[in-house]
Amino acid sequence: MTEPILTTRSLRKSFGALAATDDVSLDLRPGEIHALIGPNGAGKSTLIKQIAGEIAPDSGTIHFAGQDITTKHAAARARLGMARTYQISSVAPDFTVLQNVVLSLVARHHGAFGLFRNVLKDRRLTDAAREHIARAGLSGRERQRATDLSHGERRRLEIAMALAQSPKLFLLDEPMAGLGTEGASELTGLLDGLRQQAPILLVEHDMDAVFALADRISVLVYGRVIATGTVAEIRANAEVRTAYLGEDA
Amino acid sequence: MIPERWLNLGVLTLLAAVPLVASLAGQPFTVTLATKIAIFALAATGLNIALGLGGLVSFGHAAFFGVGGYACGILASHARNYEPLSTWPWDIEGTTQMLTIWPIAVLLGGLAALVIGALSLRTSGIFFIMITLAFAQMLYYFAISWPTYGGEDGLPFYLRGDFPGLNTMDPIQFFGICFALLLAALFTFHRLHRARFGLSLEAARQNPERLRSLGIRPFHVRLLAFVISGMITALAGALYADLNRFVSPAMLSWHLSGELIVLIVLGGVGRLCGPVVGAAAYFLLEHWAGAASEYWQFWFGLLLLGVVLFARGGIVGALAKDHTHD
Repeated sequence: MTEPILTTRSLRKSFGALAATDDVSLDLRPGEIHALIGPNGAGKSTLIKQIAGEIAPDSGTIHFAGQDITTKHAAARARLGMARTYQISSVAPDFTVLQNVVLSLVARHHGAFGLFRNVLKDRRLTDAAREHIARAGLSGRERQRATDLSHGERRRLEIAMALAQSPKLFLLDEPMAGLGTEGASELTGLLDGLRQQAPILLVEHDMDAVFALADRISVLVYGRVIATGTVAEIRANAEVRTAYLGEDA
Repeated sequence: MIPERWLNLGVLTLLAAVPLVASLAGQPFTVTLATKIAIFALAATGLNIALGLGGLVSFGHAAFFGVGGYACGILASHARNYEPLSTWPWDIEGTTQMLTIWPIAVLLGGLAALVIGALSLRTSGIFFIMITLAFAQMLYYFAISWPTYGGEDGLPFYLRGDFPGLNTMDPIQFFGICFALLLAALFTFHRLHRARFGLSLEAARQNPERLRSLGIRPFHVRLLAFVISGMITALAGALYADLNRFVSPAMLSWHLSGELIVLIVLGGVGRLCGPVVGAAAYFLLEHWAGAASEYWQFWFGLLLLGVVLFARGGIVGALAKDHTHD
């Protein structure tokens, strides 16, 4: 089997007496969408934050792209090729769509310390940005300020920014949140094509999307992974059905 | 609404033309007033990088203004008295050459900003405002209690620095120097704003967590912005010392830090010519209203209140459309 892109080993994180992450070991292989599901408060976002480097685990290790990144800060992980989207869209609100995506390109490939050249007149950057914007389905909205976008468009902008990072891994924290049925199915189509480019660790509540997209699913309950398997295995798993899918076994 | 570019061009043309005409008409006082406007516009342009682009409300930029001023004053007074600054381990002589004084002032201002910034930028919001204020106050009280260079009384040095080929004691020639440096600073601001650095700095203002998760650490970007900002304000301080041929702890006082913020808020935060418009409005009002009433600052306060409440983009924002996003 090919080497996983991302591996966590025995991650633990407690807030006081609450074990938000309890001995979590999971991996993400090239070309797959690995969905992380679980009831509210199961610790999905806490886990994503540890992988992204926003909070430090109490113990355990995280390996990414062949190196131990457990103690690296968030910006260093991003430069190694980790692209993250947020549960609540997080963009630069006063920037246009184009500026946001150019920012993402700059951060990944050039760094902040260009003091002289006009960044929006650099055709290599803007052309690349427009491609990512088109792929995320936002063509024609390049000059719109992010704050004026609709909720769904802002989600797409986040995807465009993630694409611009040319990542080795996508960390998507509830990308479907707040989208209508139609929006969610459109985004499902978009994410489906993304796995060829880089594997996706997908936190999602929309079960239709999860079952349509995921190659593997891990179920998180009270900070513990209670099951990992294919869609069929998870559907058939009695423990999962009681704990999460809300059925009597 | 007029395009911002035209407004900028108009303002700068006016600032250049009025003293020229006044000089020909034999009105040196007007030239000096315009010089003061240019110098404060320069100082505020420095602050505008930190405050306008980076959202860093520094309440301690007087520190850099004063460092530039004292650098100029100390070097000049040593040169006039033929006393070396130090004899051990190296001989360091004073100088009256502006072309030597400026780089030293800028370097010292940048160094001060690096130290103050490296410590203050670990905080944000009200704490950042207070800690920058505290650092500036430290320098202020240090200057007051340092008798070698005049202490509380300040340090006069009688003649302006020399500039090759110019007579700096001629008001219009000195204005020309200040105006040229203002243009250079505005050009720097403009280029930085549009470059990768400006994009990152503005992103650090709007959403630092996002910038970090894209791979850029906001602290680094802010620190460089703070250093460049301090350098420009220090240069303005050196010019202001030369204008008055006098430095005093007043250049380091918190009034001055507040004044610089007021100039930017009045003119337009983050706008290229916000500091120029703000400085012009402030000092013209001081000149005219100050002659009419001792309490002109009361009326100025009302104006500022109006701007903050009803014209968030300052005077520039009220007159010109924002097209930084075009």
